[in-house]
Amino acid sequence: MADDDIVLSELSDDDLVAQMHDDLYDGLKEEIEEGTNILIERGWAPYNILTEALVEGMRVVGEDFRDGILFVPEVLLSANAMKGGMAILRPLLAETGAPKLGKMVIGTVKGDIHDIGQNLVGMMMEGAGFEVIKLGINNSVEDYLAALEEHRPDILGMSALLTTTMPYMKVVIDTLKEKGIRNDYIVLVGGAPLNEEFATAIGADAYCRDAAVAVETAQDFIKRKHNQRASA
Amino acid sequence: MAGIVDAVTENKGAGVLIIACGALAREINALTAMNGLDHISLTCLPAILHNRPEKIPDAVRQAIREGREHGFERIAIAYADCGTGGYLDRVCEEENVPRIAGPHCYAFFSGTDDFLARGNADMDAFFLTDFLAKQFEAFVIEPLGLDRHPELRDDYFGHYKRLVYLVQVEDAALEAKARAAAERLGLAFEKRVTGYGDLADFVRGV
Repeated sequence: MADDDIVLSELSDDDLVAQMHDDLYDGLKEEIEEGTNILIERGWAPYNILTEALVEGMRVVGEDFRDGILFVPEVLLSANAMKGGMAILRPLLAETGAPKLGKMVIGTVKGDIHDIGQNLVGMMMEGAGFEVIKLGINNSVEDYLAALEEHRPDILGMSALLTTTMPYMKVVIDTLKEKGIRNDYIVLVGGAPLNEEFATAIGADAYCRDAAVAVETAQDFIKRKHNQRASA
Repeated sequence: MAGIVDAVTENKGAGVLIIACGALAREINALTAMNGLDHISLTCLPAILHNRPEKIPDAVRQAIREGREHGFERIAIAYADCGTGGYLDRVCEEENVPRIAGPHCYAFFSGTDDFLARGNADMDAFFLTDFLAKQFEAFVIEPLGLDRHPELRDDYFGHYKRLVYLVQVEDAALEAKARAAAERLGLAFEKRVTGYGDLADFVRGV
């Protein structure tokens, strides 16, 4: 229950979705799980619950993070709440054949054990309709290559939190070039010490300063890729 | 960031201005006193910029310009890259001022060459300096929201294994704080006595 005075099951659909946006903002995992289950019981398609209740709620969280209204702890709480809803929806989405925009392999680079950014991006990408394969932390070139070979993604995402580890992204991209497979993938990079200039210098396709930007950028690149195919 | 050089009220002629992270103030003052470096003036930017590194380059640039307005021709920057992704170095180049080498303060306290030579051996280590041990609540716990949401601890520290306390000046009370910090984060405690590391040569050399 979101509040002593609010019984989620008594709310209309519109009010419940609005309440779920508020609950996501406040990082209330149990309420999000409850709201998700209520919408399922009411016959909502899992994909609509995902996009209208969860992703839309997280969009507001992402905007307020970008504007300096919310900070990392609050975003983590919201993400954990969304994770609760996603856990319920994931098997249903697989059953109902929800649309897939593309596939992403994402991992933190060698020497770096930070995965908060990777987890946020992974979750938002999944919410936006991408299939996401998370490689976790401390990934070598070989790890990335093996994952690309196995999963054949559209997008490779690399993350680093440290000034000392971010140069490893160039090692990975240079290896892709050496093998002649660099242009087979959209390469997106992110992490606190990175910037656009660095991304350009190492040969990435784009720098994504936060999870919401990562989703927008991925959608944009995938659209371009489809347009190129269509005009070829 | 107006008034950040307020502490510097006079140009000491051939004096040098060190613009430093506030987390290094005590150490730099100790080094100048210890070595009789009366020609050095110190001004510090708020140490909490540590948590907003994207703001550091502009803040340093402004402090350099304010320092010059106060008549200082020789200025040096006691800041590691500190997560600015090379932007701080660009400011230093553009303003033609030297900066202490190193990616983080815990690197130059350890000796940057030694620190970098360790490669990934310290990948799972969360570092505290004397300053951070003393200010653990204000600079680690509160900004990460762990005072309000201790359940987020493993989101932040789940992959860390050790808290490494880099000791600048031995102090039993601070060590106890560092040990308590390790326990609170669920990490093994390790102590390394570094002294002032590369900071000592940097201060003596400016």
